[in-house]
Amino acid sequence: MDTTLTAVLIMSSIGTFFGICLAVAHKYLKVEEDPRLDVVEEMLPGTNCGACGEPGCRAFSEALVGGIKEPCQCTVGSPDDIEIIASFLGVVAGEQDKVVARLHCAGGLGLARQIAEYEGYSNCRAAHLVGGGGKGCSWGCLGLDDCMVACDFDAIHMNEQRLPVVSVENCTACNDCVEACPRDLFDLMPLSQKLIVQCNAPLEGDDAYAVCSVCCDGCQRCAADGDGKITMQNNLPVVDWSDGNIAASPKATWRCPTGAITWVEDGQFIQPTVEYSTRKEVAV
Amino acid sequence: MSVAELVGTFRNGVHPHENKEQTENFPIARMAFGKIFTLPLSQHLGAPSKSIVEVGQTVFRGQLLAEAGGYVSANLHSPVDGKVITIGPRRHPRGDLATCIELEADPFSTQTINASPQNDPMNMSTDDFVASIQDSGLVGLGGAAFPTHVKYKLPEGKTCEHLAINGCECEPYLTCDHRTMVERPEAVVRGITIAAKILGAKKTSVGIEKNKPDAIAAMQEATKNLDDIEVYPLKVKYPQGAEKMLIKAIYGIEVPAGKLPLDVGVVVNNVATMTQFADWFDEGLPLIERVVTVAGTAIARPANLIIPVGTSVREVLDFCGLDMNTQQVIMGGPMMGMPLSSLDVPVLKGTSGLLAFTEAPKGHQNTLACISCGQCLEACGYFLNPARLAKLAQARRWDELDDFYVNDCMECGACSWVCPSSIPIVQLIRTGKGALRELKANQQA
Repeated sequence: MDTTLTAVLIMSSIGTFFGICLAVAHKYLKVEEDPRLDVVEEMLPGTNCGACGEPGCRAFSEALVGGIKEPCQCTVGSPDDIEIIASFLGVVAGEQDKVVARLHCAGGLGLARQIAEYEGYSNCRAAHLVGGGGKGCSWGCLGLDDCMVACDFDAIHMNEQRLPVVSVENCTACNDCVEACPRDLFDLMPLSQKLIVQCNAPLEGDDAYAVCSVCCDGCQRCAADGDGKITMQNNLPVVDWSDGNIAASPKATWRCPTGAITWVEDGQFIQPTVEYSTRKEVAV
Repeated sequence: MSVAELVGTFRNGVHPHENKEQTENFPIARMAFGKIFTLPLSQHLGAPSKSIVEVGQTVFRGQLLAEAGGYVSANLHSPVDGKVITIGPRRHPRGDLATCIELEADPFSTQTINASPQNDPMNMSTDDFVASIQDSGLVGLGGAAFPTHVKYKLPEGKTCEHLAINGCECEPYLTCDHRTMVERPEAVVRGITIAAKILGAKKTSVGIEKNKPDAIAAMQEATKNLDDIEVYPLKVKYPQGAEKMLIKAIYGIEVPAGKLPLDVGVVVNNVATMTQFADWFDEGLPLIERVVTVAGTAIARPANLIIPVGTSVREVLDFCGLDMNTQQVIMGGPMMGMPLSSLDVPVLKGTSGLLAFTEAPKGHQNTLACISCGQCLEACGYFLNPARLAKLAQARRWDELDDFYVNDCMECGACSWVCPSSIPIVQLIRTGKGALRELKANQQA
């Protein structure tokens, strides 16, 4: 009984001592913080995705309160949420072009040539190491879900051709899929840039057709129709976006024999691709 | 009792079924020349070679086609008399499309080589020797295809005490080094004499596993009058042919993690590389052909063949009788070799074997969870923790892989081989290594 009492007494006196210490520290060592910080952080989506360029939502709210960033730079929140934050802080919400991840490959199942069957750990990065994953094209999408797994926003789903379809609504341009893809097929592009090169293979002519039916074969027709804004680099067209939204019409895509360069109004791979014959008529 | 019998092997490792009986008693034969030869500019470790020929140009056997693209790179010579038909992307055995020189063999040529012996290597300075070896396009013929001349240029302050010659051939099925030792022991010894002279090595040890008694006998016979070459019979175990394991097996020295064999005063070379030394200096033959073991359950007529580099794998397999129901073809040994995604790929300088199987390994289809049994830890010759590395790679925790010394892994496959849950450990580790490399490059940029 005696020992129990001593123990209880010692523990409670230690507790009281540290309690007093903490109380004093709270009183005299307190750091004043902007009360708006907590409120703004509460208003943010709290996904810590990093798409705004800050290491997390807390850091972004600090940047907001400090006036370094604009509320619109949070790509996850809906426009209404952004407006609420802007009115709370008394700043302009700002205008941000919606950015989404775009895939530079259209060679899905049945379109790109499969030369061998890959059996094993189902992961693009791992398959890439084993004979190139059995895909004839060593630059194209392997379709083994690495980007879908990496996506925190349920924005990527594989379609029946084993190609990742990015949902424009859900994509926050957080860069996770760009990093996950072992073949560097994803790119973050503003929604207003509608001319997309859906091929990544630097092959030319028959070499390209040998591996994929929707490849870019480097024919340069789009470059000829692109009003000087499309140049060929490494047998692939590169669109110059430096002075804004230049390609206002899908003219450059009309003569593409494979559909490797496309005009995308919304999400990729959801609208039916225009048949080559129809496209030619349009071009004439 | 010699030292070899006391040491005999390294710690850990595995013993897969050897399966060498298919080809070990067949003498090395020569295959007929094919029609088309595809020579990738990158078939060795290091920078790709630079092509110096043009499309349409006529080339002769042994002519230089591409120059080394840097110090760690090798020359490339034409394996046939013929014509350059394309220089462009062709399928590489690793699966991607790489720049290759495609040759069409001259059907009327006798394909004899008009070469003259090089200068006497015994009177050469090290620099001349290194330059000469780089000219010959020689790469390590054991499988990794590391340009050989790099090993012979000793860095400042490093000396080579011992030359270790790898005649282990610990990979199952492969018998090309075995046959080379049985049939050409004097060429191996000639190569060793040259190499030891240039390196200034006092002693040379040839490590041969005990499952090749005829090779051991042949090498002992060839070296009986030479005091500085000793043949070490070693216990049969995989991966004994790995540089660091061989050093441990022969000398009992462990090469520290992250260091090279030269840091403990040893240079390791393969027996086939030694015969290539002899061929280059005595006959002037650059590396244009090599001995390849063709075996496996899907091969009707297994053989050890001398195959010109660049020959299509399909031609080789057809020559040896490929089964219609072939499920998998592997270039190299079954433990470390690469599965081929296409048969229209060329034989490379580093190709030691072509194995075809009628049954694909079933393991990966029913991968189970890790039961933490620790068998992979007992298999790993580097004392790593393969299970932990695989779990980290699976969880995409790339940055933590470095804490478990992922880069010391040589991807020998012993851990995957013993795993009772059929976890593709090596594949996961390789995935992790690649991702880690990318991560580090991004951080530096």
